[in-house]
Amino acid sequence: MTTGPLNDFSESERKAQEERLRAVWANPPGWRYWTSVNNSQIGLWYAAAAFGFMLFAGVLALLVRVQLAVPENDFLSAELFNQAFTLHGTVMMFLFAVPIFEAVAIFLLPPMLGARELPFPRLSAFGFWSFLLGGVFVCGSIFFNAAPNAGWFMYPPLATDKQYSGIGADIWLLGLSFIEVASIAAAVELIVGIMKCRAPGMRINMMPLFAWYLLIVAGMILFAFPPLIAGDILFEMERMFDWPFFDAGRGGDPLLWQHLFWIFGHPEVYIIFLPAIALMAMIVPTFSQRPIVGYSWIVLAAVGTGFLSFGLWVHHMFTTGLPQISLAFFSAASEAVAIPTGVQIFVFIATMLAGRVIFSVPMLFGTGGLAIFIIGGLTGVMVALVPIDWQAHDTYFVVAHLHYVIIGGMLFPIVAGIYYYFPLVNARQLSERLGRIAFWLMFAGFNIGFFPMHFSGLRGMPRRVFTYPADAGWDWLNLTSTIGAFIFASGVLVIVFDVLRPKHRQPRTKVNPWNAGTLEWLAQPEENWGVRSIPVITSRYPLWDQPHLAREIAEGRYYLPDAKEGYRETIVTSVLDAKPIQCLRVGGTSYLTILTAVFLGGVFVALTFHWWLLCALFGIATFVTIIAWLWNGTAEIPQQPQKDVGLELSLPLYASGPASVGWWAMFITMVGDGTAFGSLVFGYFFYWTIHEDFTAGIAGPGLFWPMAGLALFVASWLGMLAARSVNAGGRTVFACMLIVASMILTACGSVAALLGPWQFEMDPQSHVYPAIVWILAIWLAVHGAVGIVMQAYCLARFLAGRMTATYDTELHNVVLYWHFLAVTALTTLVVIGVFPELR
Amino acid sequence: MKDDRATRPATYARFAPPGLICLLASGCRGAQSALDPAGEEAEAIHSLLVVTAVGGGIIWLLVVGLILYARRRDRPVLDVERAQKLISWGGVAFPTVILLALLSYALWKMPVARPWFDPGDAPMTVEVTGEQFWWRVRYLDQEGEPVFETANEILMPIGERVRFLLKAHDVIHSFWIPALGGKMDMIPGRTNVFSLKATRTGIYRGPCAEFCGSSHALMNLTARVLEPQAFREWFESRSAPAGRPAETEGQAAFLSHGCGACHSVRGTQARGQVGPDLTAFAKRERLGAGVAANTQENRVRFIRNPDGLKPGVRMPAFSMVPDSELEAIATYLGGLE
Repeated sequence: MTTGPLNDFSESERKAQEERLRAVWANPPGWRYWTSVNNSQIGLWYAAAAFGFMLFAGVLALLVRVQLAVPENDFLSAELFNQAFTLHGTVMMFLFAVPIFEAVAIFLLPPMLGARELPFPRLSAFGFWSFLLGGVFVCGSIFFNAAPNAGWFMYPPLATDKQYSGIGADIWLLGLSFIEVASIAAAVELIVGIMKCRAPGMRINMMPLFAWYLLIVAGMILFAFPPLIAGDILFEMERMFDWPFFDAGRGGDPLLWQHLFWIFGHPEVYIIFLPAIALMAMIVPTFSQRPIVGYSWIVLAAVGTGFLSFGLWVHHMFTTGLPQISLAFFSAASEAVAIPTGVQIFVFIATMLAGRVIFSVPMLFGTGGLAIFIIGGLTGVMVALVPIDWQAHDTYFVVAHLHYVIIGGMLFPIVAGIYYYFPLVNARQLSERLGRIAFWLMFAGFNIGFFPMHFSGLRGMPRRVFTYPADAGWDWLNLTSTIGAFIFASGVLVIVFDVLRPKHRQPRTKVNPWNAGTLEWLAQPEENWGVRSIPVITSRYPLWDQPHLAREIAEGRYYLPDAKEGYRETIVTSVLDAKPIQCLRVGGTSYLTILTAVFLGGVFVALTFHWWLLCALFGIATFVTIIAWLWNGTAEIPQQPQKDVGLELSLPLYASGPASVGWWAMFITMVGDGTAFGSLVFGYFFYWTIHEDFTAGIAGPGLFWPMAGLALFVASWLGMLAARSVNAGGRTVFACMLIVASMILTACGSVAALLGPWQFEMDPQSHVYPAIVWILAIWLAVHGAVGIVMQAYCLARFLAGRMTATYDTELHNVVLYWHFLAVTALTTLVVIGVFPELR
Repeated sequence: MKDDRATRPATYARFAPPGLICLLASGCRGAQSALDPAGEEAEAIHSLLVVTAVGGGIIWLLVVGLILYARRRDRPVLDVERAQKLISWGGVAFPTVILLALLSYALWKMPVARPWFDPGDAPMTVEVTGEQFWWRVRYLDQEGEPVFETANEILMPIGERVRFLLKAHDVIHSFWIPALGGKMDMIPGRTNVFSLKATRTGIYRGPCAEFCGSSHALMNLTARVLEPQAFREWFESRSAPAGRPAETEGQAAFLSHGCGACHSVRGTQARGQVGPDLTAFAKRERLGAGVAANTQENRVRFIRNPDGLKPGVRMPAFSMVPDSELEAIATYLGGLE
């Protein structure tokens, strides 16, 4: 990349710039500190909350271990035990393993990519508050004896049985749906951030590996979480309104939930494992003091793992009686994923061998974690062989396997990451001595605790038993496991102590204490601006390969060294070769993010307890806050179109369409939305395949209304396309008229979609066929309604003069939404209208 | 070894896996152990387990050895080209070959571990239905009609393939007798079919392997593998027309308190279909699907307050029945041969 000459400022000018930058990026004072949206604050809060939840779930695990220490124990009742293990798994997965990586990513990515901020800081803040509220709601339930108790994968019909699961299952479904919203928000944020906010010159093949992994993982979230959300919708409809999606007596099937859950659940394992490997991919080169060996190998392996992970879900269902030929297929796919995993491990080993390894605490945890993880991987290869799974499935062997994978592959690298990156949190290092003590306690405790479980499982101990007979021969195995669990927990406590102990008397570490090669090490904990000026990158390890870079960045010699207009600004670059294309002004401190999260949380809580009126009120409040947030916080028309960002470069302040970050966010969100919709359609055809006559003789929605709806939706889509091009031609009023016409067409189309099942009196409680038709029709109508709100918003923006013929980014985004809506309408209406005719 | 653990946890940990293996080699036996197979299917899986575990152990030692070597300060530094080669050989070629071999071996074993069979080759069919929290067992004739029903115990002949039809009444359960073979889920609305062939006589136990509610841990099955002759005798005695058990005080109490609304005892008016069949109850080793030994005292305890022994059980408490009558009912059940 060719650039103009570097900036050159005098000492006093630099001081003034720093003052202005500091003021712009400052956290608000007093209690309003909590309204901060800065990525380093949000990242830390996120991580602290996730760790808090982990400690809570860890205590639950210790309770479980105490109960199982001796046979026929009565320390916990069966009821409490079942709540404890369900909550342990749920919290560790949803409130620790996934959020902790979001936390680390939000904290690290901007400085690592050489950006000031991620593109949507308020979205990160909203995600954090949603996560915190949802998490407290789910965890708190156990103190009211109302926690979910059907295991973390919530198989119906046990979990749909209200008598057994009480309100716990609703808390699980709704509380976690709320948290899934937060995860998808984070995924949108991370994908757009990694693709569009890299420092100029950081081409996609120069990205730090951490960013590569996070990009892959965020993409996986986008395809993995929506099937679970679709499943949650079906599940909650069954619990609330008795629509029989999983009730075999009325045409439903419990196995559909298992498919939807594991289409989410298996990628989930890699969603939590890959970011931890990403940390290893940063740590190993630093402590080997050389660039990673096999950059392309490891990137390809990570991509391969991500892809394959979507093709393995059936290995959680080997005992459900599926045909052996499909078991063999999924067994082969499950074995295949070991190959990219092996590549990643060998990349680390090769990098170590090609350098001189400094064996500090991060490496100790990293390699110790690998040693554990490899055992988990090897037992994974074992249980992926169908016959072995028939014995090992749902036993303590699997409990051992999954903990070896997750603790070795995720927790140990995370701890390595904490010891590695702590200087970025408060400019002090954690204790080498305490770190080593913690490592050996955790490593020894873990193996003493979990290794015997392989044997208790093969000797016939099923998982999730609250007691076992004395003569089963599992007593000393279990006692050993319990002792190990407590040793392990003591190691975790040592880390907690090391992190929390006051360190003000400890000397500050120098910048980049480990002599690492990547940009994030230039960040200073007390400065919120991330990078002092946004550099031009020419290497994968800029701090090693670009001499003087650190000094030049600190002297403000690169892009955006100042904040004269008082805005938070960062540079948007092109996706592949990172050419600067826009100067983006991101949202600042706002209480709206908290309010939106609180109100949306209120919606979910009210739904749980069936307080319909309150739910509606919270829904309206959420709507109002979201509109307020968008209205004042996004797509502001700048005073001047361009801005001089330094190095003789002038960039536009406003962008529409694919050049803008908002368009990408919409695109990514809609991909997730489309995946959820696809999962519902999958459900439709799943029922189709398991029944001779799927409709059970019940009248369908007919052909007329679905086809009429389809015509109306297509017309409304054409209307929006026309509105966009007419507006670009300068005829704003005509564009507004087209939008109004499209609104009316959309409303009529939505009504037509619902009229089909309505007119033929399809009773969704009677059989699964009407129920799934209604769900698809309602899904479409709701999307139509959301579209109408978006159109109304566009009209209001035109009227308020906040959108014009040139400044039309909202209209581009809404048209993009319409593309997806048109596909949704086409699919829904053809599926429910035409397919029954083809029987 | 024990002292080692107390004084030097770090050193111990490094040797924990091999150390435990030594200790455990003697501890694989058990009535509920996949490591002590007593059936053709379990034997096939056992050999697969041993091969993969040993192979996995060797691979683990190799990789961890390589990591430990990499941390040595006195080793030569590898040049990048060789390091790349290490990735392609160690990370790609080696695992691909090993996994292909392993997969072929496992696919070859699959028909042994769960054979395809002609219903004609397995003349005996047993239908087992999972219920919260017990097993309904029906022996079927060639036409699929039930010959007789029992609960929580399966008797089968050695050396003959027995076909199982697996169903669920309420929630998902999973049928698993580790010593005889792998498990198979019981799913409402579906019937799963598989077969087992025992190779050793004895008493084996099977837990429910899919979490099914409060007393999931207390849903256990006993499988008795008998010599063919002994099995035939038992089968004949159960399928023959019922003799009438002696009418005792206990039987009267049993019937008057409505036990017969849920339970059946062949040859009496008790013909309930809701709960477990109690015919020949005295022959069962344990009561309540494995909750406790089948003794007079436990029978009384169970009837008085089933929930106390088995949380979440469907059977209501009979604490209002006078003690003398409870004792009589328990005696009656204990006398049902």
